[in-house]
Amino acid sequence: MDNYQTSLDPVFHALSDATRRAVVQRLTQGEASVSQLAEPFDMALPSFMKHIQVLEGAGLVTTQKQGRVRQCRLEAERLAAVEAWFSEQRRTWQSRFEQLDSLLTQLQSGDRDD
Amino acid sequence: MTNAHFEFVADTENNSMTVRRLFAAPRQLVWDCYTKPELLDRWYAPKPLTAKTKTMDFRPGGHWHFAMITPDGQEYWSRLDYQTISPIDGYTGLDGFSDADGGLVEGMPQSQQEVSFLDEGQHTRVVSQVQYGSREALQQVIDMGVEAGIASTLDRLDALLAELA
Repeated sequence: MDNYQTSLDPVFHALSDATRRAVVQRLTQGEASVSQLAEPFDMALPSFMKHIQVLEGAGLVTTQKQGRVRQCRLEAERLAAVEAWFSEQRRTWQSRFEQLDSLLTQLQSGDRDD
Repeated sequence: MTNAHFEFVADTENNSMTVRRLFAAPRQLVWDCYTKPELLDRWYAPKPLTAKTKTMDFRPGGHWHFAMITPDGQEYWSRLDYQTISPIDGYTGLDGFSDADGGLVEGMPQSQQEVSFLDEGQHTRVVSQVQYGSREALQQVIDMGVEAGIASTLDRLDALLAELA
């Protein structure tokens, strides 16, 4: 198996779920324990832990046991790479399409005016 | 409301993304905008860049060679090699980085593009599927973007998460 997973595929997968996105969003404000993170969700702890494990597997989150508490933190660097790419792609297309909208409007009004 | 006409989906299984967009124009006109160089130049580069066609040979086996130019004059060259064309339903092609002479940049992957044009009443929906050959290829393209200095800060994370939601 490929242990040195450097691709972004697991990141896409990790961020495809609303609960995990919410966890990531919360962690942008700073470290938190698993139980703090789980609090807003109506979910059994073992199910919630699975979400944390997916985030961990994708390299988005690291966890560390401190006494009886498992502390989670966001791995900002990894997130920044996927974030930059996603946003850039999306922005590129959006900007293109806005310009195409204007062009289509011009072309169609031109047809009518002439 | 904001996303009613625009959809952007990254496919985790297939290293691909699909972009869907509805345009308030008949299919023939939208097709022209995607396939005629003088029209492509008027919209294809995202703001504030501008697109400039060097050559266009719109037929299977031909290619579109163009630059996207920054406001300070830096040129980023690309080449889209057309594979299949069926007016005005769609086309497929390979999209890659090139130099100013049209040579493909060695070692960089090309993405496979499939663009479809669909009637939707009086309007037209365009579906673009962009497929990278492998996860490594996708990663390479992303790394290149990161190297090129595309800004990435956690400040924009909220926006991203909202987009993915």
